[in-house]
Amino acid sequence: MTTILIIDDDEAVRRFLKTVLKGQGYSVVEAPTGAAGMDALKRAQPDVVLLDLGLPDGDGIEVLRAMPPHRHIPVIVLSARGQEGDKVVALDSGADDYLTKPFGSSELLARIRVALRKQVQSELTTADVLQVGPIRIDQPRHEVTVEGRDVHLTPMEFKLLVEFARNPGRVLTHRHLLREVWESSAADQSHNLRVHVASLRRKLEADPAQPQWLVTEAGVGYRLRDGSGPKP
Amino acid sequence: MLGRAHRGRLVTVGERDDDERPDPDALLARVKAEEQREKRARLKIFFGASPGVGKTYAMLEAARRAKDDGVDVAIGVVETHGRAETNALVDGLEVLPRRTTLHRGVTLDELDVDAALAGKPELILIDELAHTNAPGSRHAKRWQDVLDLLEAGIDVWTTLNVQHVESLGDVIQQITGVKVRETVPDAVLERADDIELVDLSPDELLERLAEGKVYVPDQASRAAQNFFQRGNLLALRELALRRAAERVDADMLAYRREHGIETPWPTRERILVCVGPSPGSERLIRATKRMAEGLHAPWTAAHVDVIGASPLGERDRERLEAHLRLAESLRGDVVRLRGNKVADALLSYAREHNVTRIVAGKPTHSRWRDRLRGSMLDDLIRGSGPIELSVIAPLELETPPPAPRGRTPDHVEPRAYVWALLSVLIITAVGLVAFSYTTLAELTMLYLIAIMVSSLLGRGPSLVAASLAVLAFDFCFVPPRFTFAVSDARYLLTFAVMFGCGVVISTLVVRLRRQERDAIARERRTAALQAFTRDVAEATDVADVATVLARHLEETIDVAAAVLVPDDKEGLVAAAGLMPLATQEITVARWALEHKEPAGHGTDTLSAAKALCLPLIAGESAVGVLAIHRRRGEPPRLGVDQRHLLDALARQAALAIARVQLAVRARDADVRARAEELRSSLLSAVSHDLRTPLAVITGAATSLRDQRKQLSEAACDDLITSIVDDASRLERVLSNLLQLTRVETGLEPTREWVPADEIVGAALTRTEDLRKSAKVETDVPPDVQLRIDPVLFEQVLINLLENAVKHGRPPYSVRAQRRGDAVEIEIGDRGRGLPEGDASRLFEKFVRGSAAPGAGLGLAVVRAIVEAHGGTVTAQNRPGGGALFRIVLPTPEPPALAEAS
Repeated sequence: MTTILIIDDDEAVRRFLKTVLKGQGYSVVEAPTGAAGMDALKRAQPDVVLLDLGLPDGDGIEVLRAMPPHRHIPVIVLSARGQEGDKVVALDSGADDYLTKPFGSSELLARIRVALRKQVQSELTTADVLQVGPIRIDQPRHEVTVEGRDVHLTPMEFKLLVEFARNPGRVLTHRHLLREVWESSAADQSHNLRVHVASLRRKLEADPAQPQWLVTEAGVGYRLRDGSGPKP
Repeated sequence: MLGRAHRGRLVTVGERDDDERPDPDALLARVKAEEQREKRARLKIFFGASPGVGKTYAMLEAARRAKDDGVDVAIGVVETHGRAETNALVDGLEVLPRRTTLHRGVTLDELDVDAALAGKPELILIDELAHTNAPGSRHAKRWQDVLDLLEAGIDVWTTLNVQHVESLGDVIQQITGVKVRETVPDAVLERADDIELVDLSPDELLERLAEGKVYVPDQASRAAQNFFQRGNLLALRELALRRAAERVDADMLAYRREHGIETPWPTRERILVCVGPSPGSERLIRATKRMAEGLHAPWTAAHVDVIGASPLGERDRERLEAHLRLAESLRGDVVRLRGNKVADALLSYAREHNVTRIVAGKPTHSRWRDRLRGSMLDDLIRGSGPIELSVIAPLELETPPPAPRGRTPDHVEPRAYVWALLSVLIITAVGLVAFSYTTLAELTMLYLIAIMVSSLLGRGPSLVAASLAVLAFDFCFVPPRFTFAVSDARYLLTFAVMFGCGVVISTLVVRLRRQERDAIARERRTAALQAFTRDVAEATDVADVATVLARHLEETIDVAAAVLVPDDKEGLVAAAGLMPLATQEITVARWALEHKEPAGHGTDTLSAAKALCLPLIAGESAVGVLAIHRRRGEPPRLGVDQRHLLDALARQAALAIARVQLAVRARDADVRARAEELRSSLLSAVSHDLRTPLAVITGAATSLRDQRKQLSEAACDDLITSIVDDASRLERVLSNLLQLTRVETGLEPTREWVPADEIVGAALTRTEDLRKSAKVETDVPPDVQLRIDPVLFEQVLINLLENAVKHGRPPYSVRAQRRGDAVEIEIGDRGRGLPEGDASRLFEKFVRGSAAPGAGLGLAVVRAIVEAHGGTVTAQNRPGGGALFRIVLPTPEPPALAEAS
């Protein structure tokens, strides 16, 4: 049975999460503090962690850093709006995704599914052909089609798209993309990144100003929606 | 017209004004005065030439008519003096109780102002406007009571005799020989809305007096006997008629202006009157006031402080001040001029200010003084050019204002030596003629007189006179005569005494002059200080104070000045850029500020500097530094007097700066208070906008919890939808609040280059639910880049989209394009458009476009964020219906893309 660890100091939030998750058949472990959370990490061996960033006994980032290195456990960070900087730090520190409070239950479940699937998918991403929604990528041939229509991408756009397609449904920070695609950590490249993403989006989307697949999470990064879950 | 009438025929004269040209300001003032008159209480004066003409009677008669017309009339004070016909008129009118006071055993009835104010009749009658109240009353004068009543909105009718008009005081005194003590300022007369002249011919008046119909107080009967002379009465009547006629003129002028009647208006006259401490000046001032009224001309009273003149005595100074105050109370301008010569100062002022006429007093001193010292009047006549000159005799002969004297005590005119020589020569001549009839002792006395007189002219002439006298005496008279030999040694003693007299007297004279000079200096210091204090009182910021100080310093001690005040950031900054300071001078200034001691030129510290820096100390702290040097950068050379004056001015300036800074702090506190107010109104608005969705959520949720079984499935769905919708509404309010606080607390946006379509796309994605996926037409070219804080700017677009959804109808549109140095983003809808009124008000906090929910915060957030980005946002109706919001963001060229490796 899939176990989900909830680290959040607010009892009401924990109760709501527990109710929703148990209803979906997950087993739930709760921790009200970071310390209790780290303890539970060792004891309960959870498959997914829901981590609140504002904990009474310190930063949620501390918990992220204390994650066992040998086994990757997906972490979904819960935070309020206006803490975009914190989210980016959390994502760059190893969190897999984030949810902005308040969030709906279906959004939560979709994120958990994405996180769990990634576990399974990590070996799949090496496959030659990737399919996300209507987008099909043939890696060896460097061919991309959207709804069967050929799309011509520059090498950089292709690399970008592959990175997105390997992490469908998951938010990717600017830093992550720069590191993975540009193999650079220079923050001043972020303008470059934006322009390439914008150009990629124009090739993928019917109306790039109202994107359906490659969406922007302002202040955080980009997400390539996977066709399975509902829209966030 | 003014006729011979008794009680019945009255001349009513309307309001007046001081100007004669129909300039726009005057018209505006007229409209305002007109408006004010609608509301303000009216003052009507029954005006007569003398007691007994029937003012009280006329007033009571008019009051009865007013009462018949339904006006609420009350009698405040009316003296009937027991006359039956007057008493009869009082009957039936409400009489307010008097206030009784006991003063030195005499019971005095006075108008009870408080009772009148409390009773608040529409109209109150108050006899004898010029009356002086009993000690202990609310005001010293009855006219002040009347002003109070008018202020309270009560109409007042009152009576007044011409002799009580302040500006006519001296004329009356000349006519009747009686000094009038109870006077009413002309301003009160001018305040009157109506003046009714109650006229009676002197013959009739005398007749009434003979019949005992005129009340004459016993103690004043003798004076009254002198007063009620036919000649006096004729003169007074003429004065009263003239005074009233002036009002007619003014009224006509006002009428013409009101009706825009164009006639060749006389060129504007401006009169300048020269005022000194002599009592004659009072007459000059009053005469000028009358002249000015006749010409409808503004007038100015000027006093000239002659540079280097001996200071005025205590009494003279008081009189001068009194004269200037009088001029002010008669609505004249008052200026104090300084100059080497009275005439020059007056003329230069007159030319500068387009004065057309100068009024001066007739000289009262002897002609030889003019020959000796020059005549002010002569100079005026010679220098006046086109300016008219009126010379008026002072009322009584008095000592004229002191004429200019020698510049310094030790300064002696060359003329004085001539006088010394002459005096000795004259005495010698007299001695030679009278030698046979006189003894040597008498001749000695005569020479002593010459020496004493010369000593008064200064030390030099004294010594010259003494030496010459000794020589002349020795040569001409001392035996052996006509040689310088002396036969008797006793004469040597005589010589010594003569010489000694000269020395002693001239020393005393010089000492006296020194004292006089000190007094002048003190006087000038006081005057300069007073002038400065007066000017600086109007300063509203430190720069004002600095400017005034610099101007006064330049005028009084001829130095250039700069005022430096400490600044939180830069250390010291110039409060007024009057004089550029070199870096080293600023260092000196900083030292002076830190040590609260003078520094720079002429001090012990950093004396090599060209400027002298004085700390401006108010209380315990130094509020700034005053730096001075001579113009063209030379160091200042100051005399002791000037240094004293400088210190005194610096002290005053420091106090003024402290005061201004306090005022600024008070203003800041006010701003903070207003911010606080805003915060609290924000709080109340927000709490409303938070409670409403909360109420919906709570209601819906509790229904689901408690009545689920009774509810249909559709109803349950509805409730659930409400909960979800209102929760997101809550979220939006909170999100806006958060952004608003961020921007308003001065958080700088973190700006990055973002493609416009990316940020538009992000905003559209986040508003998908809100829009219920309604169509949005987008026109965002791919090459448009924005330099923005993406998180904040996303909020701007979301708010504008939300606003469009809330107040408008689809199709919505988003358009972006570069125009020159800026990027324009437009968000439009096809709804009813903007509400009527000022579109910019939409962006204020808590203004809602329509009845739709929301804190009205959204657009305020839009504006705050856009402005934090240096841009502007405007709203307008678009052609074809709907509203269009346009953001203009100044945007430089985006950087070139580095090609990825």
